[in-house]
Amino acid sequence: MSLDPATVRRIAKLARIRVDEGQVEALRADLNSILGWIEQLNEVDTDGVAPLTGGTQMALRLREDAVNDGGMAEAVLANAPDRDGDYFAVPKVVE
Amino acid sequence: MAYTIEGSTGAWEVVVGLEVHAQVISKSKLFSGAATAFGAAPNSQVSFVDAAFPGMLPVPNREAIAQAVRTGLGLAAEINLVSRFDRKNYFYADLPQGYQISQFEHPIVGKGVVDIALADGSTKQVGITRLHLEQDAGKSLHDQHPTKSFIDLNRSGVALMEIVSEPDIRSPEEAGAYVKKLRSILRYLGTCDGNMEEGSLRADVNVSVRKAGEAYRTRCEVKNVNSVRFVMQAVEAEALRQIAVWESGGTVEQETRLFDANRGETRPMRSKEDAHDYRYFPDPDLLPVVLEQSWVDALKAALPELPDAKQARFIREYGLSPYDAAVLVAEQATAQFFEAVASGRDAKLAANWVTGDFFAALNRTGRSIENPPITAAALGRLLDLMADGTINGKIAKEVFEAMLDSGEDPAAIVDARGLRQVTDTSAIDAAVDAVLAANPEKVAEYKSGKDKLFGFFVGNVMKAMAGKGNPALVNAALKQRLG
Repeated sequence: MSLDPATVRRIAKLARIRVDEGQVEALRADLNSILGWIEQLNEVDTDGVAPLTGGTQMALRLREDAVNDGGMAEAVLANAPDRDGDYFAVPKVVE
Repeated sequence: MAYTIEGSTGAWEVVVGLEVHAQVISKSKLFSGAATAFGAAPNSQVSFVDAAFPGMLPVPNREAIAQAVRTGLGLAAEINLVSRFDRKNYFYADLPQGYQISQFEHPIVGKGVVDIALADGSTKQVGITRLHLEQDAGKSLHDQHPTKSFIDLNRSGVALMEIVSEPDIRSPEEAGAYVKKLRSILRYLGTCDGNMEEGSLRADVNVSVRKAGEAYRTRCEVKNVNSVRFVMQAVEAEALRQIAVWESGGTVEQETRLFDANRGETRPMRSKEDAHDYRYFPDPDLLPVVLEQSWVDALKAALPELPDAKQARFIREYGLSPYDAAVLVAEQATAQFFEAVASGRDAKLAANWVTGDFFAALNRTGRSIENPPITAAALGRLLDLMADGTINGKIAKEVFEAMLDSGEDPAAIVDARGLRQVTDTSAIDAAVDAVLAANPEKVAEYKSGKDKLFGFFVGNVMKAMAGKGNPALVNAALKQRLG
């Protein structure tokens, strides 16, 4: 697998990471070597093996339906770069 | 008769599939213990999980999962004993995680079916493709500040069911009937309150058009339509738009659109080129959801009687018409009210009173079935007064109005106003004689064959008796006198 520069730009855009044109080639090389390393996994024969979605064989733990969290607007907003009253404030997004 | 739209090149068929987002009724959120109640102070129902603080882990709510299973069972759908949560990646200010936890490849509920009834008396099956669980996003307010949007995360992480239909719907009417029926089922199940004004139920409407016999053409998705009426209007408006595009030689592009209710048309959403590259992958924070068949069976055993079953029972047990039965079962509270009135009484008469005078009174007073202006017990006692001959049907309407005004018991109203039906034949005979004596020329006309005048005599006798005459006895007395 080999990424082209357009795909590198696209990945960066989807991840909302600004990439200057001068960085594209270096990132492409880095990403390609990472992908190449991971591709070694293709050498393993996985025919008939169910996909694994977690690293443990535990059963999923479920929670009872009780309200035991929240009620702490101050704490939730404490790290907000901007706020207005108890709202987060962000640059205007209009659909 | 199939619904089509006549264009300049002939008739067009409309193909519609709906994605309905239904907010799950649960005390706490899908993956956190924060409350779900509507209308709380901003950001007061937010846990660190909902705000996506680093290191916070989601723990699924057993009840939210049960609600999805109940809904699947109510839609006669396959329940998948193994399902999985995935991440749907996109950036938006009201989505603090940067992804929505949803179910992509392995939803909790598979194929099911909803039966809808149409105005012409026919019924139709609409297939359900799947139902999956996902998180709702927070709420953005764009109109509070000139340059900023305000974000409230109270809704962030509330459990949603996305219910996807097959493209089986062929008209605005069918689309409306489908949403109404689905809403009714959800409300019966108690899995979603169906409140479209508060956004607990919203629909994405997928529309395409085609000529008879063709394969599907390109569809467009009209997002976030929030009333049954708007769903119907959006189907028609979008179909008309697409027909105009095809007939002018253009091509419909697959895109996401919004319905503008004021203009009655759809318009494209501001283009988000990469918006559809969601890069789904299994959420590594969550193990697969594995259900026990016995747990599913227990949920199934505890389901309430659903609208279709109740309608069939009303037809069978009470002898109601399919239409009356459908009207009475649409809301569980209405069905309950009807059964309380009908119990031990003439069910057909009870149905007429509930769907007629009582519904009219609800509208007029702006009251709801949960808080009715006349209780089922009181309406039942009014019916009893008719059944035992204390009052006739005409006087019953007068008593009903008085019950609305005063809240008094029907028997008390009848006594206080002297509305008791007159069954004393001598009083009826006297009234009949007086009416006949006053109208000799009408009597002559009647006797010469003008049968229709019988109603004239009945009306006048009843009028003379202030409406209180027993109609059967009045008729009998007149028949006898007029020979």
